[in-house]
Amino acid sequence: MHGQRRSPQESVYHMNTATQSRWGDAIFRAITISFAIGILLLFVGIIIALWHESLPSIHKFGFSFLTSSAWNPVKDDFGAWIAIVGTLLSTCLAMLIAIPLSLGVALFLAELAPEWMKAPFGTAIELLAAIPSIVYGMWGLFVLAPIMSDYVQPWLADHFGFLPFFTGPAMGIGMLTAGLVLALMILPFIASVTRDVFLMVPQNLKEAAYGMGCTTWEVVRDIMIPYGKKGIAGAVFLGMGRALGETMAVTFVIGNAYHLSWSLFAPGNSIASTLANEFTEADSDIYLSSLVELGLVLFLITFIVLGIAQLWLKRGQQGGGR
Amino acid sequence: MMRMQRRMMINRIVLGLSGAAATLGLIMLTWILGDVALRGMAAINWDFFTELPTPPGNEDGGLANNIVGTLLMTLAATCMSVPFGVMAGTWLSEFGRDSKLGGIIRFFSDILVSAPSIVIGVFVYLVMVRPMGHFSGWAGAVALAIIMLPVVSRTTEEMLKLVPHELREAALALGSPYWKIMPQVIYRAAAAGMMTGIMLAVARVAGETAPLLFTAMNSPYWMEGMNEPMANLTVTLFNYAMSPYDDWQTKAWGAAFLITMAVLLTTIITRLILRKRS
Repeated sequence: MHGQRRSPQESVYHMNTATQSRWGDAIFRAITISFAIGILLLFVGIIIALWHESLPSIHKFGFSFLTSSAWNPVKDDFGAWIAIVGTLLSTCLAMLIAIPLSLGVALFLAELAPEWMKAPFGTAIELLAAIPSIVYGMWGLFVLAPIMSDYVQPWLADHFGFLPFFTGPAMGIGMLTAGLVLALMILPFIASVTRDVFLMVPQNLKEAAYGMGCTTWEVVRDIMIPYGKKGIAGAVFLGMGRALGETMAVTFVIGNAYHLSWSLFAPGNSIASTLANEFTEADSDIYLSSLVELGLVLFLITFIVLGIAQLWLKRGQQGGGR
Repeated sequence: MMRMQRRMMINRIVLGLSGAAATLGLIMLTWILGDVALRGMAAINWDFFTELPTPPGNEDGGLANNIVGTLLMTLAATCMSVPFGVMAGTWLSEFGRDSKLGGIIRFFSDILVSAPSIVIGVFVYLVMVRPMGHFSGWAGAVALAIIMLPVVSRTTEEMLKLVPHELREAALALGSPYWKIMPQVIYRAAAAGMMTGIMLAVARVAGETAPLLFTAMNSPYWMEGMNEPMANLTVTLFNYAMSPYDDWQTKAWGAAFLITMAVLLTTIITRLILRKRS
């Protein structure tokens, strides 16, 4: 409250204490930089803690931990392969569905929608992004899974049953449903970032193209997408990073089975769902260590994907297209 | 002429597809929110807010301790992450704007924003829960604080950057030192923006489950302090929804409704404030 209005005497007092204030500033700067570096230390600390706890598992299983499909808590034999495949597969499915849809949504919001629709639609998409992931998971289990097992999966099996992906019992929960729920969850993320990328395309570029007689789609294809392609790639990778590490939306519907199958109907497991289900049940040191190593693998995968996303998003902001 | 018609046709098809995608998004939102609201409201009554959880098969009882637990942990996480994040954001905006270190910190905090929250839970388990020997509300709060921290620091930075440079120069010209200008001039000018950043971070962690699974765990009792396993809405929602009991599942929908409403209301209010200002 006080300090808003300062009497002249006070100001003079402050001038006299200029040297003192230089110390004050140095201290202020030192405090703020130590907190800023604290974020870096936190990041490093996470990696070191996970690495250190993973050591028993790394020593015991070595590199084959990543390629072994064993997961046997009774015999203390662990491998990450099934969880890694499950993570990548559910993410790939989600991306296949979410990328075209979210590009469509972003285009609609940035360019095609009539002016009065832009704000409410934009807010709705952002609200979709704010819904906690556990609600998506629960909705997937109670609402989407029955629909999948009663209608979608039988239909797919009837029409595409000759493919190995659509065979087996229609249980509702499994890889396909997990991919769908994930897709729903990351769609708003990708859509809102992509919309912002599209909005950064200079108006005069678009107007020039419209002036030459381009249709809206041609402006989008030849001006907006080339101009924003790095930003769009960044948005896609951002969504992918989210999907890879998502726990609750997946754990409800993936089925939690240690099992590799060509069928997308079959239940599986992802790294995050394995951690969520088994971490508190780990009764031996090597079991816990293997789970932590799984977490480390997940952290490193998402680190790479999100790192690429940041680089592209930043470049997309700086130079635009090219 | 044929060519022109083809171009118009393709244009119309793409516009149609794009509009359909947006409509689909809106339908999904209504569908999910509708389900949560319909099934959730059926579970919510006075007892839901005032009673302790009951064993399955008992229609009475509520989630009072879970509601309090979630509020307490979110509050504690906010108290931990806000000073930390505001300080870090201050350095990024005021001193490290163009420096190499600033770029590195920005890069890693942006990754931390989207890092898998379950790994944060594992980290806190290793550095807090295991050394202490038990699950605790504090560990849950720390896990949530770690998730909030990069959000708070990055939004603080962005909001401080919006404060015009002339304001700093004017204050400096009066002879006041930087450490006095920050709280008395700059933070004030950016206060509303910083508040919205904090609110969005709170909304984000209020619905987090994964980082609490192995930190706060859960408890069916009233807490006597933060230093013990702590009931919270999201983990209870997870346990109840995965259980085979109808009445637990109903309560899970009630919890989902409560969390979703809280998060969405916070988000909407924050956006309204932001829009009003811009």
